[in-house]
Amino acid sequence: MSVLVVAAHDGKTVRANVANAVAAATQIGGDVHVLVAGSGAGDAAKEAAAIAGVAKVLQAEDAAYANWMAEDVAALVVKLAPGYGHIVMAADNVGKNLMPRVAALLDVAQVSEAIQIVSPDTFVRPIYAGNAMATVQSTDKIKVVTVRPTNFKAAAGGGSAAIEQIGGAGSAGLSNYVGAEISKSERPELTSAKIVVSGGRGLASGENFKMLETLADKLGAGLGASRAAVDAGYVPNDYQVGQTGKVVAPDLYIAIGISGAIQHLAGMKDSKTIVAINKDEEAPIFQVADYGIVGDLFQIVPELTAAIEKK
Amino acid sequence: MKVLVAVKRVIDYNVKIRVKADKTGVETANVKMSMNPFDEIAVEEAIRMKEKGKATEVIAFSAGPAQCQETIRTALAMGADRGVHVLSDAELQPLAVAKLMKAVVDKEQPGLVIVGKQAIDDDSNQTGQMLAALLGWSQGTFANKLEIGEGVAVKREVDGGLENVMLKLPAVITTDLRLNEPRYASLPNIMKAKKKPIEQLTSEALGVDVAPRLKTLKVEEPPTRKAGIKVKTVAELVEKLKNEAGVI
Ligand SMILES: Cc1cc2nc3c(=O)[nH]c(=O)nc-3n(C[C@H](O)[C@H](O)[C@H](O)COP(=O)(O)OP(=O)(O)OC[C@H]3O[C@@H](n4cnc5c(N)ncnc54)[C@H](O)[C@@H]3O)c2cc1C
Ligand SMILES: Nc1ncnc2c1ncn2[C@@H]1O[C@H](COP(=O)(O)O)[C@@H](O)[C@H]1O
Repeated sequence: MSVLVVAAHDGKTVRANVANAVAAATQIGGDVHVLVAGSGAGDAAKEAAAIAGVAKVLQAEDAAYANWMAEDVAALVVKLAPGYGHIVMAADNVGKNLMPRVAALLDVAQVSEAIQIVSPDTFVRPIYAGNAMATVQSTDKIKVVTVRPTNFKAAAGGGSAAIEQIGGAGSAGLSNYVGAEISKSERPELTSAKIVVSGGRGLASGENFKMLETLADKLGAGLGASRAAVDAGYVPNDYQVGQTGKVVAPDLYIAIGISGAIQHLAGMKDSKTIVAINKDEEAPIFQVADYGIVGDLFQIVPELTAAIEKK
Repeated sequence: MKVLVAVKRVIDYNVKIRVKADKTGVETANVKMSMNPFDEIAVEEAIRMKEKGKATEVIAFSAGPAQCQETIRTALAMGADRGVHVLSDAELQPLAVAKLMKAVVDKEQPGLVIVGKQAIDDDSNQTGQMLAALLGWSQGTFANKLEIGEGVAVKREVDGGLENVMLKLPAVITTDLRLNEPRYASLPNIMKAKKKPIEQLTSEALGVDVAPRLKTLKVEEPPTRKAGIKVKTVAELVEKLKNEAGVI
Protein backbone atom coordinates (compact mmCIF):
# COMPACT_ATOMS: atom_id res chain seq x y z
CA MET A 1 0.00 0.00 0.00
CA SER A 2 1.11 3.57 -0.61
CA VAL A 3 1.37 6.41 1.86
CA LEU A 4 -0.14 9.83 1.16
CA VAL A 5 1.68 12.76 2.75
CA VAL A 6 -0.36 15.96 2.87
CA ALA A 7 1.87 19.00 2.41
CA ALA A 8 1.20 22.39 3.95
CA HIS A 9 2.63 25.20 1.86
CA ASP A 10 2.22 28.87 1.02
CA GLY A 11 1.89 28.34 -2.74
CA LYS A 12 5.57 29.01 -3.43
CA THR A 13 7.28 26.75 -0.93
CA VAL A 14 6.23 23.71 1.04
CA ARG A 15 6.75 23.94 4.78
CA ALA A 16 10.09 22.60 5.98
CA ASN A 17 8.28 19.94 8.02
CA VAL A 18 6.98 18.22 4.86
CA ALA A 19 10.45 16.67 4.48
CA ASN A 20 10.14 15.33 8.03
CA ALA A 21 6.71 13.89 7.28
CA VAL A 22 8.10 12.26 4.12
CA ALA A 23 10.85 10.71 6.25
CA ALA A 24 8.21 9.24 8.57
CA ALA A 25 6.21 7.99 5.58
CA THR A 26 9.32 6.34 4.15
CA GLN A 27 9.75 4.47 7.43
CA ILE A 28 6.19 3.17 7.13
CA GLY A 29 7.07 1.75 3.73
CA GLY A 30 5.46 1.59 0.29
CA ASP A 31 5.34 4.33 -2.34
CA VAL A 32 5.19 7.82 -0.90
CA HIS A 33 2.89 10.29 -2.66
CA VAL A 34 2.62 13.95 -1.67
CA LEU A 35 -0.57 15.94 -2.03
CA VAL A 36 -0.12 19.63 -2.77
CA ALA A 37 -3.55 21.23 -2.80
CA GLY A 38 -3.69 24.91 -3.53
CA SER A 39 -4.37 27.73 -5.88
CA GLY A 40 -1.34 28.51 -8.03
CA ALA A 41 0.75 26.01 -6.11
CA GLY A 42 2.97 24.91 -9.00
CA ASP A 43 6.20 26.02 -7.32
CA ALA A 44 5.29 24.25 -4.10
CA ALA A 45 4.48 21.09 -6.07
CA LYS A 46 7.89 21.26 -7.76
CA GLU A 47 9.56 21.64 -4.40
CA ALA A 48 7.68 18.62 -3.04
CA ALA A 49 8.75 16.61 -6.10
CA ALA A 50 12.39 17.27 -5.20
CA ILE A 51 12.15 15.67 -1.74
CA ALA A 52 14.04 12.36 -1.77
CA GLY A 53 11.82 9.31 -1.44
CA VAL A 54 8.74 10.87 -3.03
CA ALA A 55 7.38 8.71 -5.87
CA LYS A 56 4.68 11.07 -7.08
CA VAL A 57 3.22 14.49 -6.34
CA LEU A 58 -0.50 15.04 -6.71
CA GLN A 59 -1.23 18.68 -7.42
CA ALA A 60 -4.83 19.70 -6.87
CA GLU A 61 -5.56 23.18 -8.17
CA ASP A 62 -8.73 24.82 -6.90
CA ALA A 63 -9.49 28.32 -5.64
CA ALA A 64 -11.10 26.60 -2.64
CA TYR A 65 -7.69 25.41 -1.41
CA ALA A 66 -5.96 28.78 -1.45
CA ASN A 67 -6.08 29.21 2.30
CA TRP A 68 -6.20 25.70 3.62
CA MET A 69 -9.74 25.71 4.95
CA ALA A 70 -10.10 22.27 6.53
CA GLU A 71 -13.71 21.88 5.43
CA ASP A 72 -12.67 21.97 1.77
CA VAL A 73 -9.28 20.27 1.83
CA ALA A 74 -10.62 17.39 3.98
CA ALA A 75 -13.17 16.52 1.31
CA LEU A 76 -10.36 16.22 -1.26
CA VAL A 77 -8.17 14.05 0.97
CA VAL A 78 -11.11 11.77 1.73
CA LYS A 79 -11.70 11.34 -2.00
CA LEU A 80 -8.10 10.19 -2.47
CA ALA A 81 -7.96 8.07 0.70
CA PRO A 82 -9.19 4.71 -0.64
CA GLY A 83 -5.97 4.37 -2.65
CA TYR A 84 -3.80 4.54 0.46
CA GLY A 85 -2.99 2.59 3.61
CA HIS A 86 -1.76 5.66 5.48
CA ILE A 87 -2.36 9.38 5.37
CA VAL A 88 0.41 11.32 7.07
CA MET A 89 0.92 14.97 7.89
CA ALA A 90 3.20 17.00 10.13
CA ALA A 91 1.56 17.83 13.44
CA ASP A 92 1.66 21.58 12.97
CA ASN A 93 -1.33 23.88 13.11
CA VAL A 94 -2.49 23.01 9.62
CA GLY A 95 -2.19 19.26 10.22
CA LYS A 96 -3.89 19.46 13.59
CA ASN A 97 -6.79 21.36 12.06
CA LEU A 98 -7.21 19.17 9.00
CA MET A 99 -6.38 15.56 9.80
CA PRO A 100 -8.95 14.79 12.52
CA ARG A 101 -11.62 16.00 10.10
CA VAL A 102 -10.28 13.61 7.48
CA ALA A 103 -10.15 10.73 9.99
CA ALA A 104 -13.73 11.23 11.18
CA LEU A 105 -15.04 11.39 7.60
CA LEU A 106 -13.28 8.06 6.98
CA ASP A 107 -14.62 6.70 10.28
CA VAL A 108 -11.13 5.94 11.52
CA ALA A 109 -9.09 7.02 14.54
CA GLN A 110 -6.23 9.47 14.27
CA VAL A 111 -2.84 8.85 15.82
CA SER A 112 -1.76 12.30 17.03
CA GLU A 113 1.87 13.45 17.06
CA ALA A 114 3.59 10.12 16.54
CA ILE A 115 7.25 10.32 17.57
CA GLN A 116 8.21 6.84 16.42
CA ILE A 117 6.98 4.35 13.83
CA VAL A 118 7.27 0.90 15.43
CA SER A 119 5.61 -0.90 12.53
CA PRO A 120 3.10 0.14 9.86
CA ASP A 121 0.24 -0.13 12.36
CA THR A 122 2.03 0.68 15.63
CA PHE A 123 3.21 4.09 16.80
CA VAL A 124 4.66 5.74 19.89
CA ARG A 125 3.10 9.01 20.96
CA PRO A 126 3.53 11.24 24.01
CA ILE A 127 0.62 11.72 26.41
CA TYR A 128 0.27 13.83 29.57
CA ALA A 129 2.59 16.56 28.29
CA GLY A 130 5.24 14.03 27.42
CA ASN A 131 5.31 12.56 30.91
CA ALA A 132 4.30 9.18 29.50
CA MET A 133 4.83 7.49 26.15
CA ALA A 134 2.00 5.38 24.76
CA THR A 135 2.54 2.66 22.17
CA VAL A 136 -0.69 2.37 20.20
CA GLN A 137 -1.78 -0.02 17.52
CA SER A 138 -4.33 1.05 14.95
CA THR A 139 -7.03 -1.45 14.03
CA ASP A 140 -8.39 0.73 11.21
CA LYS A 141 -7.98 -0.02 7.52
CA ILE A 142 -6.67 3.44 6.71
CA LYS A 143 -4.30 4.91 9.25
CA VAL A 144 -4.44 8.64 9.71
CA VAL A 145 -1.29 9.82 11.48
CA THR A 146 0.17 13.18 12.37
CA VAL A 147 3.89 13.07 13.12
CA ARG A 148 6.02 15.32 15.31
CA PRO A 149 8.53 16.78 12.83
CA THR A 150 11.37 17.11 15.34
CA ASN A 151 11.44 13.33 15.79
CA PHE A 152 12.04 12.50 12.12
CA LYS A 153 15.18 13.64 10.37
CA ALA A 154 14.14 15.54 7.26
CA ALA A 155 14.37 13.64 3.98
CA ALA A 156 17.08 15.06 1.71
CA GLY A 157 16.53 16.94 -1.54
CA GLY A 158 17.57 15.90 -5.02
CA GLY A 159 14.51 13.85 -5.92
CA SER A 160 12.61 14.25 -9.15
CA ALA A 161 9.13 12.80 -8.74
CA ALA A 162 6.48 13.19 -11.41
CA ILE A 163 3.79 15.77 -10.80
CA GLU A 164 0.25 14.68 -11.62
CA GLN A 165 -2.56 17.21 -11.93
CA ILE A 166 -5.66 15.84 -10.21
CA GLY A 167 -8.05 18.79 -10.11
CA GLY A 168 -10.05 19.98 -7.13
CA ALA A 169 -13.33 19.11 -5.46
CA GLY A 170 -14.60 22.65 -5.00
CA SER A 171 -15.76 24.43 -1.87
CA ALA A 172 -18.28 23.16 0.66
CA GLY A 173 -19.25 26.78 1.27
CA LEU A 174 -19.07 26.36 5.03
CA SER A 175 -16.26 28.77 5.81
CA ASN A 176 -14.37 31.71 4.37
CA TYR A 177 -10.84 32.90 4.89
CA VAL A 178 -10.77 36.56 5.82
CA GLY A 179 -7.10 37.33 6.42
CA ALA A 180 -4.14 36.82 8.65
CA GLU A 181 -2.10 38.79 11.12
CA ILE A 182 1.24 37.10 10.65
CA SER A 183 4.17 38.11 12.80
CA LYS A 184 6.95 39.20 10.47
CA SER A 185 10.43 38.25 11.48
CA GLU A 186 13.83 37.95 9.89
CA ARG A 187 14.81 35.40 12.52
CA PRO A 188 14.91 31.66 11.86
CA GLU A 189 11.57 29.92 12.27
CA LEU A 190 11.16 28.57 15.81
CA THR A 191 10.56 24.90 15.01
CA SER A 192 13.51 24.56 12.64
CA ALA A 193 16.04 26.93 14.24
CA LYS A 194 19.35 25.42 15.38
CA ILE A 195 19.37 27.69 18.43
CA VAL A 196 16.32 28.96 20.32
CA VAL A 197 16.32 31.74 22.91
CA SER A 198 13.16 31.69 25.04
CA GLY A 199 11.88 34.14 27.62
CA GLY A 200 9.35 33.79 30.41
CA ARG A 201 7.51 35.82 32.98
CA GLY A 202 10.87 36.75 34.45
CA LEU A 203 11.34 39.20 31.57
CA ALA A 204 8.63 41.30 33.24
CA SER A 205 7.63 43.21 30.06
CA GLY A 206 7.47 43.08 26.30
CA GLU A 207 9.99 45.93 26.18
CA ASN A 208 12.54 43.74 27.97
CA PHE A 209 12.20 41.07 25.28
CA LYS A 210 14.30 43.39 23.08
CA MET A 211 17.23 42.19 25.16
CA LEU A 212 16.52 38.62 24.04
CA GLU A 213 16.17 39.75 20.44
CA THR A 214 19.68 41.16 20.55
CA LEU A 215 21.00 37.91 21.97
CA ALA A 216 19.03 35.85 19.44
CA ASP A 217 20.30 37.94 16.53
CA LYS A 218 23.88 37.46 17.65
CA LEU A 219 23.38 33.70 17.83
CA GLY A 220 21.29 33.45 14.67
CA ALA A 221 18.59 32.01 16.90
CA GLY A 222 14.82 31.74 16.82
CA LEU A 223 12.83 33.40 19.59
CA GLY A 224 10.38 31.55 21.84
CA ALA A 225 8.48 32.13 25.05
CA SER A 226 6.57 30.50 27.87
CA ARG A 227 2.81 30.64 28.05
CA ALA A 228 3.04 33.16 30.89
CA ALA A 229 4.99 35.56 28.66
CA VAL A 230 2.45 35.17 25.86
CA ASP A 231 -0.57 35.52 28.16
CA ALA A 232 0.94 38.68 29.62
CA GLY A 233 1.18 40.09 26.09
CA TYR A 234 4.99 40.40 26.04
CA VAL A 235 5.14 38.48 22.73
CA PRO A 236 2.65 37.09 20.15
CA ASN A 237 0.94 33.71 20.57
CA ASP A 238 3.07 31.95 17.97
CA TYR A 239 6.13 32.28 20.24
CA GLN A 240 4.69 29.79 22.76
CA VAL A 241 6.75 26.66 23.31
CA GLY A 242 5.17 23.74 25.15
CA GLN A 243 2.51 21.10 25.51
CA THR A 244 -0.07 23.29 23.85
CA GLY A 245 2.29 25.45 21.84
CA LYS A 246 5.18 24.56 19.57
CA VAL A 247 7.57 21.67 20.03
CA VAL A 248 11.21 22.50 19.40
CA ALA A 249 14.36 20.41 19.54
CA PRO A 250 17.26 22.68 18.61
CA ASP A 251 20.95 22.05 19.26
CA LEU A 252 20.82 24.77 21.91
CA TYR A 253 17.83 26.02 23.92
CA ILE A 254 18.36 28.93 26.27
CA ALA A 255 15.52 29.36 28.82
CA ILE A 256 15.60 32.78 30.40
CA GLY A 257 13.31 33.67 33.32
CA ILE A 258 11.31 30.50 32.76
CA SER A 259 10.51 28.32 35.77
CA GLY A 260 10.21 25.04 33.85
CA ALA A 261 6.60 23.93 34.35
CA ILE A 262 5.90 20.48 32.86
CA GLN A 263 3.77 22.13 30.18
CA HIS A 264 6.79 24.13 29.07
CA LEU A 265 9.24 21.23 29.31
CA ALA A 266 6.95 19.22 27.02
CA GLY A 267 7.91 21.53 24.18
CA MET A 268 11.68 21.71 24.60
CA LYS A 269 13.13 18.86 26.60
CA ASP A 270 14.32 17.03 23.48
CA SER A 271 16.74 19.89 22.77
CA LYS A 272 20.33 18.72 22.52
CA THR A 273 21.78 21.22 24.99
CA ILE A 274 19.67 23.22 27.43
CA VAL A 275 20.83 26.35 29.24
CA ALA A 276 18.77 27.89 32.04
CA ILE A 277 19.14 31.38 33.43
CA ASN A 278 17.03 31.88 36.53
CA LYS A 279 17.42 33.71 39.83
CA ASP A 280 15.71 30.91 41.76
CA GLU A 281 18.14 28.04 42.21
CA GLU A 282 15.22 25.73 43.02
CA ALA A 283 13.47 26.39 39.67
CA PRO A 284 12.54 23.05 38.03
CA ILE A 285 14.12 24.16 34.75
CA PHE A 286 17.51 23.38 36.32
CA GLN A 287 16.51 19.68 36.50
CA VAL A 288 16.64 19.45 32.71
CA ALA A 289 19.34 22.03 32.02
CA ASP A 290 22.82 20.91 30.99
CA TYR A 291 24.17 24.26 32.10
CA GLY A 292 22.41 26.37 34.67
CA ILE A 293 23.35 29.80 35.85
CA VAL A 294 21.68 31.22 38.95
CA GLY A 295 21.28 34.95 38.93
CA ASP A 296 19.46 38.02 37.71
CA LEU A 297 18.74 37.76 34.00
CA PHE A 298 18.94 41.53 33.62
CA GLN A 299 22.61 41.28 34.50
CA ILE A 300 23.42 37.91 32.90
CA VAL A 301 21.79 38.36 29.50
CA PRO A 302 23.70 41.53 28.54
CA GLU A 303 26.90 39.91 29.77
CA LEU A 304 26.22 36.80 27.72
CA THR A 305 25.33 38.87 24.67
CA ALA A 306 28.60 40.75 24.96
CA ALA A 307 30.58 37.52 25.38
CA ILE A 308 29.25 35.92 22.22
CA GLU A 309 30.92 36.68 18.94
CA LYS A 310 28.53 37.59 16.22
CA LYS A 311 27.88 34.80 13.74
CA MET B 1 -29.46 29.80 20.10
CA LYS B 2 -28.46 26.94 22.38
CA VAL B 3 -24.76 26.42 22.99
CA LEU B 4 -23.35 22.99 23.84
CA VAL B 5 -20.00 22.88 25.64
CA ALA B 6 -17.87 19.81 26.31
CA VAL B 7 -16.21 19.33 29.68
CA LYS B 8 -13.76 16.48 30.18
CA ARG B 9 -12.69 15.20 33.58
CA VAL B 10 -8.91 14.89 33.57
CA ILE B 11 -6.03 14.59 36.03
CA ASP B 12 -5.40 18.10 37.35
CA TYR B 13 -2.69 19.92 35.41
CA ASN B 14 -0.64 20.43 38.58
CA VAL B 15 -0.35 16.72 39.32
CA LYS B 16 2.92 15.02 38.46
CA ILE B 17 1.56 11.86 36.87
CA ARG B 18 3.02 8.41 37.48
CA VAL B 19 3.12 5.56 35.00
CA LYS B 20 1.75 2.29 36.39
CA ALA B 21 4.34 -0.39 37.04
CA ASP B 22 2.54 -2.86 34.75
CA LYS B 23 2.72 -0.31 31.89
CA THR B 24 -1.05 -0.37 31.28
CA GLY B 25 -1.53 3.34 31.82
CA VAL B 26 -1.04 6.09 34.39
CA GLU B 27 -2.00 5.97 38.06
CA THR B 28 -5.43 7.57 38.58
CA ALA B 29 -6.30 6.27 42.05
CA ASN B 30 -6.30 9.05 44.69
CA VAL B 31 -5.20 11.62 42.15
CA LYS B 32 -6.77 15.09 41.99
CA MET B 33 -9.11 15.39 39.02
CA SER B 34 -10.35 18.64 37.45
CA MET B 35 -12.07 20.02 34.41
CA ASN B 36 -9.75 20.10 31.40
CA PRO B 37 -8.40 23.70 31.42
CA PHE B 38 -9.38 24.33 27.79
CA ASP B 39 -12.94 23.32 28.69
CA GLU B 40 -13.11 25.94 31.45
CA ILE B 41 -12.38 28.42 28.66
CA ALA B 42 -15.17 26.85 26.57
CA VAL B 43 -17.68 27.14 29.42
CA GLU B 44 -16.64 30.74 30.12
CA GLU B 45 -17.11 31.71 26.47
CA ALA B 46 -20.57 30.16 26.33
CA ILE B 47 -21.65 31.87 29.54
CA ARG B 48 -20.43 35.22 28.25
CA MET B 49 -22.50 34.67 25.12
CA LYS B 50 -25.54 34.07 27.26
CA GLU B 51 -24.80 37.17 29.33
CA LYS B 52 -24.60 39.21 26.11
CA GLY B 53 -27.90 37.79 24.88
CA LYS B 54 -26.25 35.82 22.06
CA ALA B 55 -27.09 32.44 23.59
CA THR B 56 -30.34 31.30 25.15
CA GLU B 57 -29.15 28.24 27.00
CA VAL B 58 -25.79 26.66 27.84
CA ILE B 59 -25.66 22.87 28.06
CA ALA B 60 -22.59 21.14 29.50
CA PHE B 61 -21.72 17.71 28.08
CA SER B 62 -19.38 15.15 29.58
CA ALA B 63 -18.75 11.51 28.76
CA GLY B 64 -17.13 9.05 31.13
CA PRO B 65 -17.53 7.55 34.59
CA ALA B 66 -20.04 8.62 37.26
CA GLN B 67 -17.63 11.26 38.65
CA CYS B 68 -18.00 13.28 35.43
CA GLN B 69 -21.10 14.62 37.14
CA GLU B 70 -18.76 16.63 39.39
CA THR B 71 -17.15 18.16 36.32
CA ILE B 72 -20.58 19.02 34.93
CA ARG B 73 -21.50 20.54 38.33
CA THR B 74 -18.46 22.78 38.06
CA ALA B 75 -19.72 23.99 34.68
CA LEU B 76 -23.18 24.53 36.16
CA ALA B 77 -21.66 26.49 39.04
CA MET B 78 -19.83 28.70 36.54
CA GLY B 79 -23.21 29.42 34.92
CA ALA B 80 -24.21 26.65 32.51
CA ASP B 81 -27.94 25.86 32.66
CA ARG B 82 -28.05 22.10 32.57
CA GLY B 83 -25.94 19.05 31.96
CA VAL B 84 -25.87 15.95 29.80
CA HIS B 85 -23.78 13.06 31.04
CA VAL B 86 -23.06 9.98 28.95
CA LEU B 87 -22.15 7.38 31.53
CA SER B 88 -19.41 5.02 30.43
CA ASP B 89 -16.64 3.19 32.22
CA ALA B 90 -15.01 2.18 28.95
CA GLU B 91 -12.03 4.01 27.46
CA LEU B 92 -13.47 6.73 25.24
CA GLN B 93 -11.29 7.85 22.35
CA PRO B 94 -11.88 11.13 20.48
CA LEU B 95 -13.82 9.52 17.60
CA ALA B 96 -16.18 7.85 20.10
CA VAL B 97 -16.66 11.10 22.04
CA ALA B 98 -17.36 12.95 18.78
CA LYS B 99 -20.00 10.36 17.89
CA LEU B 100 -21.62 10.63 21.32
CA MET B 101 -21.64 14.41 21.00
CA LYS B 102 -23.15 14.17 17.55
CA ALA B 103 -26.00 12.08 18.96
CA VAL B 104 -26.60 14.74 21.62
CA VAL B 105 -26.38 17.52 19.03
CA ASP B 106 -28.99 15.72 16.91
CA LYS B 107 -31.33 15.71 19.93
CA GLU B 108 -30.62 19.19 21.28
CA GLN B 109 -30.04 21.12 18.03
CA PRO B 110 -27.60 23.72 19.38
CA GLY B 111 -26.45 26.51 17.06
CA LEU B 112 -22.90 26.33 18.35
CA VAL B 113 -20.71 23.73 20.02
CA ILE B 114 -17.59 24.78 21.94
CA VAL B 115 -14.97 22.23 23.00
CA GLY B 116 -11.40 22.52 24.22
CA LYS B 117 -8.61 22.41 21.65
CA GLN B 118 -6.88 19.61 23.49
CA ALA B 119 -7.44 17.34 26.47
CA ILE B 120 -4.33 17.55 28.65
CA ASP B 121 -4.39 13.81 29.37
CA ASP B 122 -4.45 12.19 25.92
CA ASP B 123 -3.15 15.35 24.16
CA SER B 124 -5.13 14.28 21.08
CA ASN B 125 -6.45 17.59 19.75
CA GLN B 126 -9.09 15.81 17.65
CA THR B 127 -12.58 15.78 19.13
CA GLY B 128 -13.85 19.16 17.90
CA GLN B 129 -12.60 18.67 14.35
CA MET B 130 -14.11 15.15 14.30
CA LEU B 131 -17.45 16.38 15.56
CA ALA B 132 -17.55 19.11 12.91
CA ALA B 133 -16.81 16.46 10.27
CA LEU B 134 -19.54 14.11 11.47
CA LEU B 135 -22.07 16.94 11.54
CA GLY B 136 -20.94 18.42 8.22
CA TRP B 137 -20.46 21.75 10.04
CA SER B 138 -17.76 24.39 9.79
CA GLN B 139 -14.94 24.36 12.33
CA GLY B 140 -13.14 27.21 14.06
CA THR B 141 -10.20 25.62 15.80
CA PHE B 142 -7.74 27.20 18.27
CA ALA B 143 -9.99 30.20 18.77
CA ASN B 144 -8.47 33.33 20.22
CA LYS B 145 -11.57 35.48 19.71
CA LEU B 146 -15.18 34.86 18.67
CA GLU B 147 -17.83 37.19 17.40
CA ILE B 148 -21.34 35.97 16.74
CA GLY B 149 -23.38 37.69 14.08
CA GLU B 150 -24.94 36.29 10.96
CA GLY B 151 -22.16 33.70 11.14
CA VAL B 152 -19.31 33.46 13.55
CA ALA B 153 -16.08 35.39 13.05
CA VAL B 154 -13.19 33.46 14.53
CA LYS B 155 -9.66 34.69 15.18
CA ARG B 156 -7.50 31.56 15.23
CA GLU B 157 -4.06 31.01 16.76
CA VAL B 158 -1.91 29.60 13.96
CA ASP B 159 1.79 28.80 13.49
CA GLY B 160 2.73 32.22 12.19
CA GLY B 161 0.42 34.37 14.28
CA LEU B 162 -3.33 34.86 13.94
CA GLU B 163 -5.81 34.07 11.19
CA ASN B 164 -9.35 35.36 10.69
CA VAL B 165 -12.08 33.16 9.29
CA MET B 166 -15.82 33.56 8.87
CA LEU B 167 -17.89 30.45 9.54
CA LYS B 168 -21.45 29.61 8.66
CA LEU B 169 -23.57 28.65 11.64
CA PRO B 170 -24.04 26.08 13.08
CA ALA B 171 -20.36 25.59 13.85
CA VAL B 172 -17.94 23.81 16.12
CA ILE B 173 -15.35 25.94 17.93
CA THR B 174 -12.26 24.73 19.80
CA THR B 175 -10.75 27.04 22.40
CA ASP B 176 -7.18 28.24 22.69
CA LEU B 177 -5.63 29.68 25.84
CA ARG B 178 -6.11 33.36 25.05
CA LEU B 179 -9.86 33.22 24.25
CA ASN B 180 -10.78 34.38 27.75
CA GLU B 181 -9.97 34.03 31.42
CA PRO B 182 -12.41 31.63 33.05
CA ARG B 183 -14.19 32.82 36.18
CA TYR B 184 -14.29 31.09 39.53
CA ALA B 185 -17.69 29.90 40.65
CA SER B 186 -19.08 31.90 43.58
CA LEU B 187 -20.42 30.11 46.63
CA PRO B 188 -24.08 31.04 45.94
CA ASN B 189 -23.68 29.77 42.38
CA ILE B 190 -22.17 26.52 43.62
CA MET B 191 -25.27 26.10 45.81
CA LYS B 192 -27.59 26.95 42.93
CA ALA B 193 -25.80 24.49 40.67
CA LYS B 194 -26.82 21.62 42.93
CA LYS B 195 -30.42 22.08 41.80
CA LYS B 196 -29.70 22.30 38.10
CA PRO B 197 -30.67 19.17 36.13
CA ILE B 198 -28.19 16.67 34.70
CA GLU B 199 -29.62 14.19 32.23
CA GLN B 200 -27.90 10.82 32.19
CA LEU B 201 -27.57 8.81 28.99
CA THR B 202 -25.61 5.79 27.81
CA SER B 203 -23.85 5.03 24.56
CA GLU B 204 -26.24 2.09 24.07
CA ALA B 205 -29.29 4.34 24.40
CA LEU B 206 -27.72 6.76 21.93
CA GLY B 207 -26.89 3.89 19.58
CA VAL B 208 -23.19 4.76 19.40
CA ASP B 209 -20.42 2.18 19.10
CA VAL B 210 -17.63 3.46 21.34
CA ALA B 211 -15.18 0.58 20.95
CA PRO B 212 -11.61 1.98 20.85
CA ARG B 213 -9.93 1.89 17.43
CA LEU B 214 -6.46 2.34 18.87
CA LYS B 215 -5.21 -0.43 21.10
CA THR B 216 -2.84 0.80 23.78
CA LEU B 217 -0.08 -1.81 23.87
CA LYS B 218 1.91 -0.16 26.63
CA VAL B 219 2.51 3.10 28.46
CA GLU B 220 6.03 3.86 29.61
CA GLU B 221 8.08 6.52 31.36
CA PRO B 222 9.80 8.87 28.95
CA PRO B 223 13.59 8.85 28.89
CA THR B 224 14.86 11.25 31.54
CA ARG B 225 17.54 13.86 31.00
CA LYS B 226 20.63 13.74 33.13
CA ALA B 227 20.75 16.74 35.44
CA GLY B 228 23.55 19.01 34.32
CA ILE B 229 25.81 21.38 36.17
CA LYS B 230 25.58 24.92 37.44
CA VAL B 231 28.17 27.34 36.20
CA LYS B 232 29.28 30.37 38.18
CA THR B 233 30.04 32.88 35.48
CA VAL B 234 28.99 33.83 32.00
CA ALA B 235 32.56 33.27 30.81
CA GLU B 236 32.41 29.69 32.08
CA LEU B 237 29.06 29.18 30.34
CA VAL B 238 30.35 30.44 27.01
CA GLU B 239 33.46 28.27 27.34
CA LYS B 240 31.34 25.16 27.98
CA LEU B 241 28.96 25.91 25.13
CA LYS B 242 31.90 26.31 22.79
CA ASN B 243 34.24 23.56 23.83
CA GLU B 244 32.15 20.96 25.69
CA ALA B 245 28.75 21.10 23.96
CA GLY B 246 30.08 22.54 20.72
CA VAL B 247 26.83 24.37 20.04
CA ILE B 248 28.07 27.91 19.52
C1 LIG C 1 -3.76 23.83 29.84
C2 LIG C 1 -2.42 24.45 30.03
C3 LIG C 1 -1.56 24.49 28.97
C4 LIG C 1 -0.32 25.09 29.11
N1 LIG C 1 0.52 25.11 28.04
C5 LIG C 1 1.73 25.69 28.18
C6 LIG C 1 2.66 25.73 27.09
O1 LIG C 1 2.39 25.21 26.00
N2 LIG C 1 3.84 26.34 27.28
C7 LIG C 1 4.20 26.93 28.48
O2 LIG C 1 5.30 27.50 28.59
N3 LIG C 1 3.35 26.89 29.52
C8 LIG C 1 2.13 26.30 29.39
N4 LIG C 1 1.28 26.31 30.46
C9 LIG C 1 1.61 27.14 31.65
C10 LIG C 1 2.58 26.52 32.62
O3 LIG C 1 1.88 25.70 33.53
C11 LIG C 1 3.29 27.64 33.41
O4 LIG C 1 2.33 28.43 34.06
C12 LIG C 1 4.16 28.53 32.53
O5 LIG C 1 5.01 27.75 31.73
C13 LIG C 1 4.98 29.45 33.41
O6 LIG C 1 5.70 30.37 32.63
P1 LIG C 1 7.04 31.02 33.20
O7 LIG C 1 8.01 29.96 33.53
O8 LIG C 1 7.45 32.09 32.25
O9 LIG C 1 6.51 31.80 34.49
P2 LIG C 1 6.80 31.50 36.02
O10 LIG C 1 6.45 30.13 36.39
O11 LIG C 1 6.15 32.63 36.77
O12 LIG C 1 8.37 31.61 36.14
C14 LIG C 1 9.10 32.79 36.00
C15 LIG C 1 10.53 32.46 36.37
O13 LIG C 1 11.35 33.59 36.15
C16 LIG C 1 12.29 33.67 37.20
N5 LIG C 1 12.70 35.08 37.29
C17 LIG C 1 11.93 36.14 37.61
N6 LIG C 1 12.66 37.28 37.57
C18 LIG C 1 13.90 36.92 37.20
C19 LIG C 1 15.10 37.65 37.00
N7 LIG C 1 15.16 39.00 37.13
N8 LIG C 1 16.21 36.97 36.66
C20 LIG C 1 16.19 35.61 36.51
N9 LIG C 1 15.08 34.89 36.70
C21 LIG C 1 13.95 35.54 37.04
C22 LIG C 1 11.58 33.17 38.42
O14 LIG C 1 12.50 32.68 39.38
C23 LIG C 1 10.71 32.07 37.83
O15 LIG C 1 11.34 30.80 37.90
C24 LIG C 1 0.05 25.66 30.35
C25 LIG C 1 -0.81 25.59 31.43
C26 LIG C 1 -2.04 24.97 31.29
C27 LIG C 1 -2.95 24.90 32.46
N1 LIG D 1 -14.91 12.29 27.51
C1 LIG D 1 -15.12 13.57 27.17
N2 LIG D 1 -16.16 14.24 27.73
C2 LIG D 1 -16.38 15.54 27.41
N3 LIG D 1 -15.66 16.23 26.53
C3 LIG D 1 -14.63 15.62 25.95
C4 LIG D 1 -14.30 14.27 26.23
N4 LIG D 1 -13.22 13.94 25.48
C5 LIG D 1 -12.88 15.05 24.77
N5 LIG D 1 -13.73 16.06 25.05
C6 LIG D 1 -13.71 17.43 24.49
O1 LIG D 1 -12.85 17.48 23.38
C7 LIG D 1 -11.75 18.37 23.63
C8 LIG D 1 -10.51 17.87 22.93
O2 LIG D 1 -10.14 16.61 23.41
P1 LIG D 1 -9.08 15.68 22.68
O3 LIG D 1 -9.50 15.57 21.27
O4 LIG D 1 -9.15 14.38 23.41
O5 LIG D 1 -7.74 16.34 22.86
C9 LIG D 1 -11.67 18.47 25.13
O6 LIG D 1 -11.07 19.69 25.54
C10 LIG D 1 -13.14 18.40 25.51
O7 LIG D 1 -13.77 19.65 25.31
